[in-house]
Order: sequence, then C-alpha cells, then structure tokens
Amino acid sequence: MALFLMIKGDVEMNLRMKQKLMGWLFLVPAVALIICLSLYPAIQALLISFKTGTGVNMHWNGFGNYLRIFEDKVFLQSIKNCFFYLIIQVPIMLILGMILAVLLNKPNLKFKGAFRTAIFLPCATSLVAYAIIFRSLFATEGFINSVLIKIGILERGYNFLSEPTSARIVIIIALIWRWTGYNMVFYLAGLQNIESSIYEAARIDGANIVQTFFKITVPLLKPTILLTVIMSTNGTLQLFDESVNLTNGGPANASITMSHYIFNKAFLGVPNFGYTSAMSFIILIMVATLAFLQMKVGDKRD
Amino acid sequence: MKKIITFLLTMSMVFSLAACGQGSGDNVEGKQGGEEKNEHTLTVWAWDKAFNIYAMEEAEKIYQKEDPDFKLNIVEVSWDDMQTQLGTILSSGNYSELPDILLMQDFAYQKYVMTYPDFFTDLTESGIPFSEFPEGKLGSSMVDGKNYGVPFDNGTEIAAYRTDILKEAGYTLDDLTDIDWNEFLKIGKDVLDKTGYSLLSVPATSSDFILQIVQSAKGGIWNEDGSPNFVENELLKKSMSIYKELLDTGVMTRGNSWDEYIATFTSGKTAGVINGCWILASVETAKEQAGNWGVTNMPSLPDVQEATHYSSQGGASWGVTTNCKNQELAVDFLKKTFAGSIELYDTILPSSGALATWSPAGESKVYTEPQDFYGGEAIFELITDFATKTPTFETGVYYTEANDALAVAATNICSGGDVDQELKTAQDTVSFNMGN
Repeated sequence: MALFLMIKGDVEMNLRMKQKLMGWLFLVPAVALIICLSLYPAIQALLISFKTGTGVNMHWNGFGNYLRIFEDKVFLQSIKNCFFYLIIQVPIMLILGMILAVLLNKPNLKFKGAFRTAIFLPCATSLVAYAIIFRSLFATEGFINSVLIKIGILERGYNFLSEPTSARIVIIIALIWRWTGYNMVFYLAGLQNIESSIYEAARIDGANIVQTFFKITVPLLKPTILLTVIMSTNGTLQLFDESVNLTNGGPANASITMSHYIFNKAFLGVPNFGYTSAMSFIILIMVATLAFLQMKVGDKRD
Repeated sequence: MKKIITFLLTMSMVFSLAACGQGSGDNVEGKQGGEEKNEHTLTVWAWDKAFNIYAMEEAEKIYQKEDPDFKLNIVEVSWDDMQTQLGTILSSGNYSELPDILLMQDFAYQKYVMTYPDFFTDLTESGIPFSEFPEGKLGSSMVDGKNYGVPFDNGTEIAAYRTDILKEAGYTLDDLTDIDWNEFLKIGKDVLDKTGYSLLSVPATSSDFILQIVQSAKGGIWNEDGSPNFVENELLKKSMSIYKELLDTGVMTRGNSWDEYIATFTSGKTAGVINGCWILASVETAKEQAGNWGVTNMPSLPDVQEATHYSSQGGASWGVTTNCKNQELAVDFLKKTFAGSIELYDTILPSSGALATWSPAGESKVYTEPQDFYGGEAIFELITDFATKTPTFETGVYYTEANDALAVAATNICSGGDVDQELKTAQDTVSFNMGN
C-alpha cells in the first residue's frame, strides 16, 4: 500500500514536472528573442554610455557622459519641453478619453460601433503621416488659418509653428487627436468589467450621474487609469515623430523632445554614441521613476 | 493529456522544420545574389530620382559602350535615410552592407572622413584628373590634402526673380544685378508696397542663407584651430542683422519647413529666391510661370571690402567606399564618366539642369543655349561664370552643429534677442558639442 502510494506520488510529481518543463519550453522562444533583441542591445548601450569619442574612435570615460548631460542646454530644454507636454497633454487626453468611454458605454446609445471606430481611427494612422498633415493644417497658408480668416477671427494667416507657445500647443492638439481614442479603448474595456448591478444599486439609492461617475466608475477603473497614465507618461517622454515631422523641433528648439535631440546628435551631427546612449538612459531612469511613483500613489492594493 | 502534448510537440517540430527550410532557402537566395554581383556590377546609393539617379543612369549607359556587361544597381536612398543607415553600418563596423559608390553631401564629407577613417577610399593616386575641378568644390571632399570624392553637381549661388512682378513695380533684372543688400532692401520694400509680393523667402529650419552671405564676403565661421568663431565675427553679425531687417520689413518671409519654403515661390507668393543653383529644378516645377523668371547674381554685403556677389550652397560628390570589391572598375567608371565625359554632361544638363563642376564640360555648346523658362537667358553659361568667382568656404567637421546653433540664434534674434548674446550662446553650444 505504502509502495503504491509512493509510486502514485512519483507519477504525480513526474507529471507536474513535465508540465512545468513544457511551460518553460514554450517560454524559450519568446525569452530568447527578448534576450537577443532587447536585453543584449540594452546592456551594450549601457556599456557604450560609459565611453566617449566620435564615430568608431571610442574610449572609456566613466561617468563623464552623465555629468556632461547637466551642462547640455539643449538637452535640458528638451527635458523641459517633454514635461510641458506631459503635464498639459496627458491629463486632458485621459479625462477626455474617460468621458468619451463613459458616453459610448451607454447601453441605449445608437451607432455605438460607428462612434467607437471613428474615435479610435486616428490611432490607426501612421505617426509620420498625421504629423505632416497637422503641419500643413497649421501652416501659414493652411486650412486652420483659412477658416479663421473666413470667419473673421484673423485678418491674415498666423504662423503657428514659428512661435514657441503656439508650436507647443499645436503638438499638444495633435497628440490629443492621435491618442485619445487609444486610451478610450482601455477605459471601454475597463467599463465592461464593472457590474451593471452596481450602477442599478446606486440609482436606487438616489445617486446622480456625477456621483456615480466619481464614486463608482473612477474607483473601479483605477487599475485601468493607472495603466493608461503610465503608458502615456512613457510615450510622452519618448515622443519623437511629432517633434521631427510637425515642428522639426523649432522654433529655436522650443518644441524639441529628448528623443529627437538624441537622434539629431547620433545621426545628423558628428556622432558620439557614448553621449547619446547616456542621454537615452536618462530617459529610461525618468520613465522608471515616474512609473514607480505612479504605482505607489495610484495602486493601494498591496 | 499525453495526446495533447504529443500533438504540440509534433506541431512545434513541424514548425521548426519549416523554419529551417525557410532559413536555408534564404541562404540559397543570398548566395545567388552574391554570385550575380559579378565583377561588372556596382551598387550605388543616391537620392533624387530626377537629378542624381538620372545622372548615374546616363553615366551607366555611357560606360556600357566600353564594357557591355557593365551594370549599375542604383538604390534610391534619401539623404535623411542615408545618414541613419550610414550611422548604423559604420558604428557597428559591418562595412559589408555599404554600397560600392555613394553620393555624399559636400557639407558632410569631412565629418564622415574624419569620424570613420576607413569609410571612403583615398582616390588621390587613382588617376582621376582632380585638377580639372574647381578648387572651391574639390575642397569639400578633401581631408589633409587627400581626395576622397569625385565632385558632381554645382551649388553655385544664384538669385532668381520673377521678371513680370519686377516689371509691375517698375524694375528690371538689371536693377537687381550687382547690387548690395541695402539696395536690395530698398527695392524689396518698394516691390512689396506696389505689388504685395515679398522678394525673397527662406526655410526657418536652417541658417544656410546667413552662411551663404558670410561666404559671399569671403568670411568663415571657424578659427584656425577649428573652434567656432561667432562672437567676434563682424561678417556674421552683419549677415544676421541683414537677415533680421529683411524679415522685419517683410521683404523676406520664412517657411516653417522645406516644402513650405518651396511652395512660397512655386505657388507665386514670393517674387524671388536666392540659393544654390539646384533650386532652379524646384522653380521650374511651376510650369505656368515659364518665361517669367530671370537669373542674376546675389546682393553683396554693404561696406565690406572683400564682398562679392557670389557664393555657394549644397552640392554633392561621389565617393567610393572601402567595401567596394572592385575598386579598379569603380574608379575607371567615375574617371570615364563624371570626370571625363563631355557627352554625359551634355545629356544631363538640358534635361535635369545638372550643372557640371568638371571644367572641360563647361566649354560645351549646350551651356550657351538660351533657356525659354528664363525668358531666353543663357543661364547655364552665366552660372558657370559665377562658379569661377565663388569664394571658398570651410564647412568643417561640425558644420551641422554650427548650422543648427546659428539657426536657433537667427530665430531668437528675429524675435527680439540680442545679437551678441545669441551668437555667444550659439558659439557655446557648438563648443559644447565639440568637447567630449
């Protein structure tokens, strides 16, 4: 009997081992790809960031590159620009996305699919294409100016992209147009998980729409909100296409983003890959810190 | 359970086998590609189908008369893409990805030769007749007295104006020939008052235009030791203040991007353009303005002894990379076409406006033919003449950085910044970029 039990246990162990092994086996391809394509280059970049020199003539430089960053006025300006976008654009976009999601989640709304598609569609456009379209929309002779002149607000075309503030605002408008739908989809998915009975109960208790929104929808959407906040922060700090194609960083670096500046330094000027790698690690540190803070503030589960 | 596992295992094996099959298939193709690349084929990277690539194709035809098996594999790579690709290839050391011949912007030549010493083949002793190219043009592809490129297109500065608009304001092309910037401003204001047209436009993203003015007065932006010379540079300051005045008076407008800049004159909003002569290709896209354009020299810096009416912008040269397996063929090809075939330049000039920098080609008859688009002016002869008078300009290794920093300075000065302060900031920025 005891022997039988032991054998049985052994078989069970074996089966469990086998299943575990299978699990790892299935993970191997993905892990191998991540190691080859992400981890290895990242480690290489980290090593390069401690070297300096132009082109292939590199030598070790310790933390020199990281110290140098604090003297780089253009990079500091680009950090400021990115945080400007982050602070203004992300809240507007997320609130707008949430409102749209709640509106489109109404069970009695007609043509729901059409509306959802329309709002999500900008997200399916190419980053470069939409940036160039926004550039021509806001050109001095562009559509926006023509409309403003026609309805009598402006007398002659305003050169939006030649003034620091208006150029940044154009970028923010473009970003809101492009990404609101994307975040809305996450909220919509989150809303599906909220039991309709909770809303019913609230209605019976006499809660109005605003109360339901703030007391039920927002708290229950918290994990989704956290996710979108972290993703948007991450995306905004790594902003590239809009800066390159819409404003070309101008006027006078007033709208240049960190990634755009790094690209310029690595590929357009005399390349110093050590310094540019160091700058990209600064972005990584910023993104990681912000994500960590947001998790601490936003997620009280653990 | 067992069945499922067996099934999955079989599937994964099938997939991996399929993957192997695909992999080896790729290899075979790769080998075939390699074999096809026989000793008569060269790979070329260049941008602009209507201009550089067209010239390369014509050169291929000419060389084929000598070597019927000769073939060029021309890949269109825009300048923006090329910089990214070269940066990746060269810094990873994977030189086998490089083409045999590539087109390189003159302003970036020194940068690439200095930062990647084994990128270009030294052509000094190759037998290509470098003495037949003008010094100013040749200098940009030379480092330490060695030639690394065969000069191609001409970047001689021209001023082109709409003669019909000038006429409306009571001026002719002669009134704008051999003038200085003060006279230009006066005429410009008058034209603006009478017709509503600005006389000039520039793209806001670069400081090319300012540097063109500096060059025309035989100035430079670098000290002897290679450090930037902005703050103490009277010519640069003068050019900046002219730039500001042109913009303030509305005589000059700025386009936010290159296409907006091109649109200012092709859509007929500005009455003139001052840039390298390759800009004429863009001017000519406005077919409805044919016959209404005239070409002359640019205004000079007032009160400067050395000032001339000539400058240059852009232009590119052909370089042979060290990856080229058949150097002899590549050199011979360039020697017998871009540095030795009048026939080539005679073909490409009328159809694409590609002006030669190779002196013997300038003697060809094609150059003296009147051009209908410019009201019957023999502009090619005129530009070839300008080219011989153009002062040389040291672009330096850090040209891109200097250009960017000065563009920022120009923008700030135009919105009210102090000239000395902004030039100092620009100089600091460039110095910062030069230090490691």
